[in-house]
Amino acid sequence: MSAPPHPTVAPPDATVVPRLIPHRPDASLGAHLARLGPPPRPTRSLVEQVEAAGVRGRGGAGFPTGVKMAAVAARSRTRGPIVVANGTEGEPASAKDQTLLVHVPHLVLDGMVAAAGAVGAREAILCVDRRHRHVVDAVGRAVGERQGRWADTVAVRVAQVPSRYVAGEESALVHWLNGGEAKPTSSPPRPFERGVDGRPTLVDNVETLAHVALVARFGAEWYRAIGTPDEPGTVLLTVGGHAARGGVYEVPSGVPLAALLDNAGAPLAELAGVLVGGYFGTWLDPATAAAVAVDHSSLRAVGGSLGCGVVFALPRGHCGLAETARIARWLAGEGAQQCGPCAHGLPAMAEAMEHLSAGGPGASRAHVRLHQLFVQVEGRGACRHPDGAVRMVRSALEVFAADAAAHAAGRPCPPAPAWLPTPAPGGWR
Amino acid sequence: MSLQLVVDPIACDAHGTCAELLPELIVLDEWGYPIVDARPVPAHLEGHARRAVAACPVLALRLRRLRGA
Repeated sequence: MSAPPHPTVAPPDATVVPRLIPHRPDASLGAHLARLGPPPRPTRSLVEQVEAAGVRGRGGAGFPTGVKMAAVAARSRTRGPIVVANGTEGEPASAKDQTLLVHVPHLVLDGMVAAAGAVGAREAILCVDRRHRHVVDAVGRAVGERQGRWADTVAVRVAQVPSRYVAGEESALVHWLNGGEAKPTSSPPRPFERGVDGRPTLVDNVETLAHVALVARFGAEWYRAIGTPDEPGTVLLTVGGHAARGGVYEVPSGVPLAALLDNAGAPLAELAGVLVGGYFGTWLDPATAAAVAVDHSSLRAVGGSLGCGVVFALPRGHCGLAETARIARWLAGEGAQQCGPCAHGLPAMAEAMEHLSAGGPGASRAHVRLHQLFVQVEGRGACRHPDGAVRMVRSALEVFAADAAAHAAGRPCPPAPAWLPTPAPGGWR
Repeated sequence: MSLQLVVDPIACDAHGTCAELLPELIVLDEWGYPIVDARPVPAHLEGHARRAVAACPVLALRLRRLRGA
């Protein structure tokens, strides 16, 4: 089961800014062109514009997009580069990329063509999760609508990627596109050096490319008019859990988390904690959540991370440790089983979290065990899967410390229905 | 010029030879996989480090030149 695409929510207040996704979205090419005008001619100078605009990657890491584009463009003389748009959205609690692709596919396609022109690529691949049928259909339709228009510039095709959490990691995506399993590979080389077909490869999240399409049309200065100076523009967030008006929100980067939650019908007073950043993210306690802004640097300052923009509200009376145990078990199963410390360490972490969740004598030992595991797991994989799992579990121990103490003292939380989604694993090819 | 030990975690099969040959810089985790000291390899251990690299049966351990060092 994958997360359904939430429609964008009509703005009860001014936090929502419809740059990427209009309030009444219409996926057709005609509506897209009527709203934004024709895409500008692809130009190499877009790399500098994207750097000046300060666009950051929206897949999770927040790396400056212009820097990545420049690295690929610099290698374009040796071999023709290729652009990979990552719309796999393996985060079960995230729906923003699916929403974008279903409602505004042409903005992503514009971004792919613009980025390709900027780095000297003549080919671009749009990668989506093969289980996200609504997305597969929407992007197939959109690519079809463009046949014959701008056909001379960039060849675009759609690839349906296996449903696995790590399949969207950029080296895994490249490996799968090259005919292998959708598992991360050792680096170097990184995709920008040697990626699809051995060519310099620009792998960007689909939301990132939609922002690039706006910069190509309206320029860096326009782009910087909202958001924070260090992280300009809007950001797509998926608000879920105990939220009366959950869904995908487009807000200026730097908006107060409390305002976002209020807008989504998830008042902090009703919450036990907020998971920000997805399953590689961090739990925040309500007091911390009340005072933090939604951008990478503000969240980092309180030990959190924005990640892919998931904001998940866990209601009071539900056990954050039990939720974390379930997610830890799921993450253990989603690993590629390639690196020993992750293949052994994540199941061990899940087991310890299950003891902590169950309460009793096992719970008091679980704390010590988890801290032993964190140091043996963190930083020891080919990809960041083990690091993300450690970050999430560690934050749960801090935020739900009072619960953990109660569990260890023999007072576990009563069983409650699961909140966070844990879809069944897909294949590797 | 200084050197740094790095493990390819995908290639590593937990043979443990490296930790036997270079216990000063490599310890094993509870599953037998090496945790390597990421600091520059001290000059007096470079020979041992090279032997540990050469002894890895799956070529998962290597020495990398540290840039700017």
